Amino acid sequence: MSAFLHAEYPVAAGDYTRAGEASADIKRRLKQLGVSSNVLRRVAVASYEVELNLVIHSMGGKLDLDVDQNGVWLISQDVGPGIPDISLAMREGWSTANEEARSLGFGAGMGLPNMKRNADDFEIESELGKGTRISMRFALA
Amino acid sequence: MTFADMVKILHARVLCGEDRLDRPARTACCSDLMSDVLAFVNEKTVLITGLTNPHVVRTADMLDLKCLVFARGKVPNDEILETADEQGLVVMTTPETAFTTCGLLYEAGLRGVPIEWPKEVEEP
Repeated sequence: MSAFLHAEYPVAAGDYTRAGEASADIKRRLKQLGVSSNVLRRVAVASYEVELNLVIHSMGGKLDLDVDQNGVWLISQDVGPGIPDISLAMREGWSTANEEARSLGFGAGMGLPNMKRNADDFEIESELGKGTRISMRFALA
Repeated sequence: MTFADMVKILHARVLCGEDRLDRPARTACCSDLMSDVLAFVNEKTVLITGLTNPHVVRTADMLDLKCLVFARGKVPNDEILETADEQGLVVMTTPETAFTTCGLLYEAGLRGVPIEWPKEVEEP
């Protein structure tokens, strides 16, 4: 399977100043590729949410962007701390975000459900002490 | 209503996008919670807020918003305004509170953006 586009973005824990830069670049690249505005918007929102989650909750990680004939793929992988209860984390309004994140207008507990809602396929796996992996696919048509 | 009309109604000062004021404003929303803006808003609309950090402009970028109104006389820093200008946004600041800003615009005919309820949330 040949990729149309591949890019990797390291995301640093706690770097609120740069949070969102990866998503802005992802949006720009997909726009250049001619991805439709509806898909572009859903990818951008999900990407921004997952990037913010890496900054707010993880000990650091990366975001991978791939585009192939099956669509746009966003894969987030971090190095911990892992999510103790995924079903709780997926619940609207549930948040463990700190004061800094909340003061910036985040931490309403909408991130994970919003990613799931915007993506055509959404998978999350997490292991305590190891990390969390989120894979999202967006159909192009 | 155009963005220029909004400037008049709100006694606002334009911070960027002076050349784009003739464009129409069809709907608006008001929130300081960017998480909710990202989750509920599904239209290229106007955002009224009191938050002036870079994430307001990033949220606007992700959602293709058209105009930001900073209430209570708030003014974001120059770097944020430059980014907003590059994105083609109209940005203004009004001395009015967020409540009064919404009231004045509603009175003049602007309506709230239809929000999309996430499936998991029960509509009240």
